[in-house]
Amino acid sequence: MSRNAETQGASDTAEEPILRFDQVSMRYGRQPEVLTDVSFALRPGSFHFVTGASGAGKSSLLKLIYLAAKPSSGLIHLFGEDLSRTPAARLPLLRRRIGVVFQDFRLLDHLSAFDNVAVPLRIASQRPSDYRADVAELLGWVGLKAKMQALPPTLAGGEKQRLAIARAVVARPDLLLADEPTGNVDHQMALRIYRLFVELNRLGTTVVIATHDQDLVARSGQPVMHLEGGRLSFPSAPRSRP
Amino acid sequence: MTPFDPARWRPAPFLPRSDVRDGALTFVIAVLCFLACLTALGAVASDRAARGWTAQLAGSATVVVHPRPGETPDSAAARAAEALSSVAGVTEAAALEKEKAEALIAPWLDDPRVLADLPVPRLVTVELDRRAPASTEAMTAALKAQGLDATVDDHSSWMKEIKAAAGLTRWAAFGVFLLIAMATAAAIAFATRAGLAARRDIVEVLHLSGATDGFIARMFQVRFARMAALGGLAGAAGAAAFGATLRLIGGGEGLTPVLPVAWSDLSLTLACPIAAAGVAALAARRTAVALIGELT
Repeated sequence: MSRNAETQGASDTAEEPILRFDQVSMRYGRQPEVLTDVSFALRPGSFHFVTGASGAGKSSLLKLIYLAAKPSSGLIHLFGEDLSRTPAARLPLLRRRIGVVFQDFRLLDHLSAFDNVAVPLRIASQRPSDYRADVAELLGWVGLKAKMQALPPTLAGGEKQRLAIARAVVARPDLLLADEPTGNVDHQMALRIYRLFVELNRLGTTVVIATHDQDLVARSGQPVMHLEGGRLSFPSAPRSRP
Repeated sequence: MTPFDPARWRPAPFLPRSDVRDGALTFVIAVLCFLACLTALGAVASDRAARGWTAQLAGSATVVVHPRPGETPDSAAARAAEALSSVAGVTEAAALEKEKAEALIAPWLDDPRVLADLPVPRLVTVELDRRAPASTEAMTAALKAQGLDATVDDHSSWMKEIKAAAGLTRWAAFGVFLLIAMATAAAIAFATRAGLAARRDIVEVLHLSGATDGFIARMFQVRFARMAALGGLAGAAGAAAFGATLRLIGGGEGLTPVLPVAWSDLSLTLACPIAAAGVAALAARRTAVALIGELT
């Protein structure tokens, strides 16, 4: 499917896209563009992989989505809001609706696993009594029940990854982004993590995963957005639900 | 080890409770605040000394009496003192005894024995009312009315230079204080920036998790203001102790009359922790906001 067809198809649906890029380009400073004329739309509850070689622009694309960067041209609509017109004071509220699993995890080393997972809930000003049980349950779900008090530096790579995932999903985000979430784990752990994302997706979360793992992409059968030299293409037809 | 009970969990602070860098930063702030407080004490004391010098000079005059033929110098000086005592603006006028007048001249002579052959003029020391001092003209007129040949010296010829020197001392002291205070503020700001930049990872995670700029900035403001206040308090306490020592060593007038430290001056150091905390809070806020700005 061509890029234009993808965009047109999304706009034709009755449901408002959760995310829409309209001819978005991005560059860092005066460097060459890392993303060029990117257009796509994601419907709520969809599941997409973003593939591409290193330097293709996957991380930059995710940065634009989780509001850590601004496009040099083009328009981004997130949760129905045109980001170019959204007041800066409102951006934190939009960020709270996005869960991000960073490639380098970005866990706070001085906080316990439990405290790390609770970060988004504390920022959203929820009372500890309202979420203590949820955090404990989630840590059990990702297999870290016995490590709730552990500090991140004492955890293995896979455990850190699962902890980062738990933090990303604990506030039940509308949109979950993951940058190479299976990059540091073995094949078995990669599948386990993937199943975790599928489970979240079934609960209604829109999931976007940037990955190098072609095997995982092929096995999943989920729609793919492919980046090459900063340009986006759609090698497989997107589906509304995985 | 007891098993973790989520029901008893309490949120940990987003910023680490303590850090090696915090101790170093507090120490630097303490040293700079100590120096700033010392210069402030020095500035106030030198200002007081300068005011004292000029007040002393402005409050007195010296009259040189030349006895007329047939009149003894003692008699002429006594008449002059009496005439001056009745002038408005004069609180006291007294003839200086011959020995004291000669003692004033003696240091300027190679051989003090020549004093006996010299016509040493008699002096009258005059204390003036500080609020409404008598003018030179009024004193001269009163002396002339009594038929006295006398010259009134109100110190104006060298008072100007003394005043200029006192003013220079005063401004130099305040200038040094301002420089050190500015250097202290700059060092606090830079140290705060460095400390905050070292915690960029925390800023990033909180920012991307949806924390508002104000929430993040406040967190760092409180941390660094508390640290600067502690450092400022230590520095101020050190300077106050040093000032108190100077005051005690010097007895009634402080260490020396040249630098008269008063007990009340020590209260100046109280402002230091507050000022340090304010500067650190401002620097932390600006740095945090700038850091967050770099993230998007």
